Amino acid sequence: MQYPPINGEKEVVMILKGKVFKFGDDISTDLIAPGRYFHLRSNLPEMAKHVLEDADPSFAVKVQKGDFVVGGDNFGCGSSREHAPTIIKLAGVSAVLAKSFARIFYRNAINVGMPVLICETDKISQGDEIEVNLEKGEIRDLTNGITLSFAPLPKAMINILNDGGLVGHIQKHGDFKID
Amino acid sequence: MGKTLAEKIIGKHAGKEVNAGEIVLASVDVCLMQDGTSPLAIRQLQKINLEKAANPRRTVLFLDHAAPSPRKELSNDHITIRKFAEKTGCQVSDIGMGVCHQIIFESYLNPGEILIGADSHTCTGGAMAAFSTGMGSSDVAIGIALGKTWFRIPETFKIEVTGEFQPGVYSKDLILYLIGLIGADGATYKALEFTGDTIEQMSISSRMTLSNMAVEAGAKAGLIASDKLTKDYLKKQGRVSRFRELKGDEDAIYEKVIKIDASRLVPQVSFPHTVDNTKLINEAKGIKIDQVFLGSCTNGRVEDFGVACEIIKGRKKNPKTRFIVVPASKAVFLEAMAKGYIRQLVDFGAAILAPGCGPCVGVHEGILGDGENCITTQNRNFKGRMGNPEGFIYLASPATAAAAAIAGEIIDPREFLSRKKIKGKKVRVSRKRK
Repeated sequence: MQYPPINGEKEVVMILKGKVFKFGDDISTDLIAPGRYFHLRSNLPEMAKHVLEDADPSFAVKVQKGDFVVGGDNFGCGSSREHAPTIIKLAGVSAVLAKSFARIFYRNAINVGMPVLICETDKISQGDEIEVNLEKGEIRDLTNGITLSFAPLPKAMINILNDGGLVGHIQKHGDFKID
Repeated sequence: MGKTLAEKIIGKHAGKEVNAGEIVLASVDVCLMQDGTSPLAIRQLQKINLEKAANPRRTVLFLDHAAPSPRKELSNDHITIRKFAEKTGCQVSDIGMGVCHQIIFESYLNPGEILIGADSHTCTGGAMAAFSTGMGSSDVAIGIALGKTWFRIPETFKIEVTGEFQPGVYSKDLILYLIGLIGADGATYKALEFTGDTIEQMSISSRMTLSNMAVEAGAKAGLIASDKLTKDYLKKQGRVSRFRELKGDEDAIYEKVIKIDASRLVPQVSFPHTVDNTKLINEAKGIKIDQVFLGSCTNGRVEDFGVACEIIKGRKKNPKTRFIVVPASKAVFLEAMAKGYIRQLVDFGAAILAPGCGPCVGVHEGILGDGENCITTQNRNFKGRMGNPEGFIYLASPATAAAAAIAGEIIDPREFLSRKKIKGKKVRVSRKRK
């Protein structure tokens, strides 16, 4: 599996390393991108300053480039707003890990070129330092020494992700090239 | 081997026989976007110089979430949308026309078609036996430009509902019950197919409520077979020629069958802050209510207003409770007016707002204050949903919502219905109004 450049870097990054911001189950797109910032939807860098504000008001201030958002079940449930994964990415997050994702959020994340990894997240804690090897499908928690694996994406999604998202994919091929 | 509704419809659009689990490219018939998702979609198309629509007459851009616009930033987004429509020939449904899902149903969607929409409640169209699903801006943008998209054919859960609802119990109670039963992610990625005699006898409007909330269980679609009622509906809408009968095969492979006896259901209330936090009406009684919202793509139709009016008839609104009513569309507004519902609601003390999403998305028209409780007929009660993370949202049927506007607290709506049946007797109305 190959993944696209993260956060504007030119090279494909295969190993991601950063700190964990841990969240619970059912993190909705209303918590990620609250409706009261609806008017910032055409000003995404500004909206990104409020990312996940209603789940953790200090998140947007504390998150550093390369960090991870780690959730429980049903991450990204709710609205179809693509702004949700987009502003998580804009905030510098390199990947979202969760036990399960809501389907629209999952598809949107791939479409905007952000890795979303399905794995067991109970043993990962707030503040842990983790390393994700996208090629091997492996997550190492450097704080507690545990190694976890994550399920590979469907091939159609890998193709889209490798092109930097859906718009990049269509630009490159002129059409869907998913098989 | 038989096919599910999802397999039948997507297969036809992929030009081959398909089975759950396969990934296919399929043509799309109708596309929708709304004012919260269109600007990003338009910018995505502009980025790759693909500002066009494969089927502009059936691509509709709705101004409904922030309509009329409460802020200049959103007014500018509306300009972007109107300009795009002008350039591509796409349709614009401007302010005052109503919620996207209602209008798509009234005027565009037909059985057997595929609808993709940049709004999660696009699944409402499932009640038309059309494969309707919500996606993000990029997906719908590309779908609009190329006239196709990719799908993984979902496995299907058959939701078999039998029996007659008790008075005071409605399709909203059924869907809240189901979501409480299987959980907010109980059907993630699956299609739901609602079947059984309860569904067969259910009005199109009530069916739409079920399909609308399929996504609240994580489902990709909430499908219902088309039948005589669908045909009658299309006839009323002036496009009966587009009717075709469509249903899932008896011998199709369903991943799960969930059976529900509708006659045993009581009114349900979903507590903050998740839709699956469903409780029975008894457990909700006495919760103080500051605001009631009757409307949305879930329950903002004529039938819903009729139910609410039956509850409020001859009664007074609690002076401490606000009541906001938003018709789902212009057609709903006009019909509700003709039936006298609007007059009755205004007389009761409701604030009637322009057809659209109203306060549901937290952008305008009824944002909650800190610590306030709202009972609403909408589909979501997530923290912050109605514009304030310090607000508390309870989901219920139009009857339960209307009853709360009278009592100023959550109350079993059947108390009002049964009293109504006891002719000439005024029973205990004052007791509830402390």
